[in-house]
Amino acid sequence: MLRPLLSLLSGGLFGAGLLLSGMTDTTRVQGWLDLFGAWDPTLAFVMGGALVPMAVAWRMTRGRSPLTGGSFPAPAKADFDRRLILGSVLFGFGWAMAGLCPGPAMASLSFGGWQGLVFAAAMALGMLIAPQLRLVLDRDTAKA
Amino acid sequence: MQAEWIMGLAGGLVIGLAGALYLLGTGRIMGASGIIGGLVDGSGRATALDRVLFLTGLIGAPFLLSLTFGLTPTTHASSAPVVLILAGLLVGIGTRLANGCTSGHGVCGISRLSPRGILATLIYIGAGVAAMSLLRHVWGII
Repeated sequence: MLRPLLSLLSGGLFGAGLLLSGMTDTTRVQGWLDLFGAWDPTLAFVMGGALVPMAVAWRMTRGRSPLTGGSFPAPAKADFDRRLILGSVLFGFGWAMAGLCPGPAMASLSFGGWQGLVFAAAMALGMLIAPQLRLVLDRDTAKA
Repeated sequence: MQAEWIMGLAGGLVIGLAGALYLLGTGRIMGASGIIGGLVDGSGRATALDRVLFLTGLIGAPFLLSLTFGLTPTTHASSAPVVLILAGLLVGIGTRLANGCTSGHGVCGISRLSPRGILATLIYIGAGVAAMSLLRHVWGII
């Protein structure tokens, strides 16, 4: 019972934070990426603010278990595979085109009009295709 | 301008609190693309309820806040279906190939100095800046 409640609460806080920070407005996000135009540094403040509680939380995971049982994620790895690099390039392009990434795309769904719905539907379709692409990429890697 | 930075910082703190609560509570990394993607491709079936509730909060809280405080949140997404569809596909495919987006690789990854998270963030911001320069200043599309 606690786990679903925590999920709902975290999602709600995440959405509230995105709205407060202005990151649900595509103009702000595109402004952050528009380094050679009217650059908007707000996203750096949002990221900076978010890193603080998160860094504290990671420290608190040491020697503890999650509240609802199980275990914390394995230590961070340094394996830079093709999927990570190619995927991040594709994501960056799409992010700039629409000014939306997955979190804000959801958080703005209730007021983003048909545009938000079309973007979210296309994103879901992309997520459905991705596992197939992953197989192709891994097969090529195995061959090489 | 300054007020926007302060709101950015305050909103960022709330986002960080959300990630901290999610991590310490459930033991999982709060990554939007992973939470959505696991529902879409069926890989997260075992935790489907948690994912649906997380998304309910994520979509519902901004809606409730806008009703309660009478704010009218604004957003300015493109009205060109081609741009929206192509961008959505790229974001969906890209984040699932890379296993993370701005929340998972960015907020949750950088805060534990994850090399993969840091590299992914540098790449998607770099690609985003390159794309924005091309699309806006060279081709004049967006």
